[in-house]
Amino acid sequence: MEHRSHVYGVVAEFPTPHDLIHAVERTRDAGYRRIEAYTPFPVEGLSEALALKRNNVSLITLIGGLTGGLGGFFFQYWVSVIAYPLNIGGRPLNSWPAFIPVTFELTVLGAALSAVFGMLALNGLPRPHHPLFNVHRFVKHATSDRFFLCIEARDPKFNLSESARFLQGLHAAHVMEVEDD
Amino acid sequence: MSTRPPYNTEEVQVAPVIEPGHTYSSVTDKISAIVLTRPTSLGWVAGFALTFSLVMVLTISLAWLLIKGVGIWGINIPIGWGFAIVNFVWWIGIGHAGTLISAILFLLNQKWRTSINRFAEAMTLFAVACAGIFPLIHTGRPWMAYYMFPYPSTMGLWPQFRSPLIWDVFAVSTYGTVSLLFWFVGLIPDLATLRDRAVKKPLQIVYGMLAMGWRGSARHWHRYQTAYLLLAGLATPLVLSVHTVVSFDFAVAIVPGWHTTIFPPYFVAGAIYSGFAMVLTIAIPLRKAYDLEDFITLHHLENMAKVMLATGLIVAYGYFFEYFMSIYSGNKFDLYLTKMRFHGPYSHFYYMLILCNILTPQLLWFRKARTNVALLFVMSLVVNLGMWLERFVIVVISLTRDFMPSAWGRYSATAWDYATFVGTIGLFVMLLFLFVRVMPAISIAEMRELVAETSEGHE
Repeated sequence: MEHRSHVYGVVAEFPTPHDLIHAVERTRDAGYRRIEAYTPFPVEGLSEALALKRNNVSLITLIGGLTGGLGGFFFQYWVSVIAYPLNIGGRPLNSWPAFIPVTFELTVLGAALSAVFGMLALNGLPRPHHPLFNVHRFVKHATSDRFFLCIEARDPKFNLSESARFLQGLHAAHVMEVEDD
Repeated sequence: MSTRPPYNTEEVQVAPVIEPGHTYSSVTDKISAIVLTRPTSLGWVAGFALTFSLVMVLTISLAWLLIKGVGIWGINIPIGWGFAIVNFVWWIGIGHAGTLISAILFLLNQKWRTSINRFAEAMTLFAVACAGIFPLIHTGRPWMAYYMFPYPSTMGLWPQFRSPLIWDVFAVSTYGTVSLLFWFVGLIPDLATLRDRAVKKPLQIVYGMLAMGWRGSARHWHRYQTAYLLLAGLATPLVLSVHTVVSFDFAVAIVPGWHTTIFPPYFVAGAIYSGFAMVLTIAIPLRKAYDLEDFITLHHLENMAKVMLATGLIVAYGYFFEYFMSIYSGNKFDLYLTKMRFHGPYSHFYYMLILCNILTPQLLWFRKARTNVALLFVMSLVVNLGMWLERFVIVVISLTRDFMPSAWGRYSATAWDYATFVGTIGLFVMLLFLFVRVMPAISIAEMRELVAETSEGHE
């Protein structure tokens, strides 16, 4: 069957995280690559089963923290030494130990902001609508008590009826077509 | 598991972190029902009405303050700080438990944090909000408060970065921001749950916008967990730094009783002490009112009582060392201050402080006291009072008895001082009432994780 543009993929529902991980492994073994699992809580071992690589959130956080810290320190330096120098009994203008608390706070602030917004940006959030929200059972259970596996239509091996039958063979409780709109 | 208490578990039945028999859907139903389906109880309405009227008291006090100025308070030179700073330090201290529970106990992999972290974080935010009011209004001209932030002004002026008061601005605002981020990131999956379970369209839209389209994708969880872990790692030194910086406001000054190096650790311990006391003050009625005894078990209450005991002992050590150092140093001003604490005009505050913060918590050595919910509730109130008295003793006794007898003074709070303070307590509790009504008070996603782990454990 040729690629149908109005189909996002096919999604299967599993009752336990164990079943889901098993299904993910079997699906990857079958050669599917454009697959995604959906769980109501982070399931241990799922990232490994999906062969997810290390993500870039840590790197973004590091950059954010360094920017906050260095920016914070040199900003204080600039204020105290260049922009508004106060000569108080000849004490050094670059009194760096006194700049450390603010430098520390700005390091944490920069790192925390970039961790959160970096994570959201990499995840493509906010994204109010998603094709999977067209599936009634997904909306009802994906954020509550069921575990879903979706084979996306952009997978080269994807074929609506064959992929659906394949998922059925993995003892899925339900297999549903996901419409793209 | 690491959460096992050291006593013999065969004789004493250890309360679990979640009562057995719960499933993913029962946890989801029970916690989301508090927000979505449960009818608003009469008790909630009464509590909200009471606290809302206290917020009106706060509004009136602030309005009168803006009209007349800080002269309506009991402060006057030499006591320039008074209630404003006492309350600020008290509230900021209370705000420490939320992030401590969320971040440090998360890093230490303590399972019992799961059901208390959400409302403890909310409590932190509200406490920081109450704390923030005081230095702001204490400036006298709060509409000029933006002067404290570095911005390119036409006057070419910049803040004095060598001053602990400016460090405080950065510490408290960073703490508020990071606590908010931490709380919100933790809420995202639960907001998605509420979005999917809400029946009314307006609720679906509001929760949907807040959840930002979260759908529990494994790739999203993967990055989410990294971000959450990093936030916990960042918040851990942050929570220790905030009260350290607050203590610098005192310790950097040369006033007797303030100028000591023990202040940072002893302030941090005191903050955690009062914070856990406040978490208990909230948790005990909350679990009763919303039937959450399955999730907030005796195990949680007992562990919090133990943290209170441990930090209370650190605080007691701090008091002892203040006393010891004043004698050991031989500094006559420090010695005189210590004498004033025991025999001066405010000595009854000091004895009350010892009673509340050191003597009463010794009951927590006994398991019977730690598992007696009513007693625990009373003790948490006593500790809250004690920590407020501690800040009163530090601020007022030192300022009324510094170096020159000609500069000595007396301080007594006015009705407006009390009205403002009671008003912020009203604001705090009112925000908590709103919070339990519109947000899941317990992290649903983390409770599901706990169900998954405990059910695997039984297999």
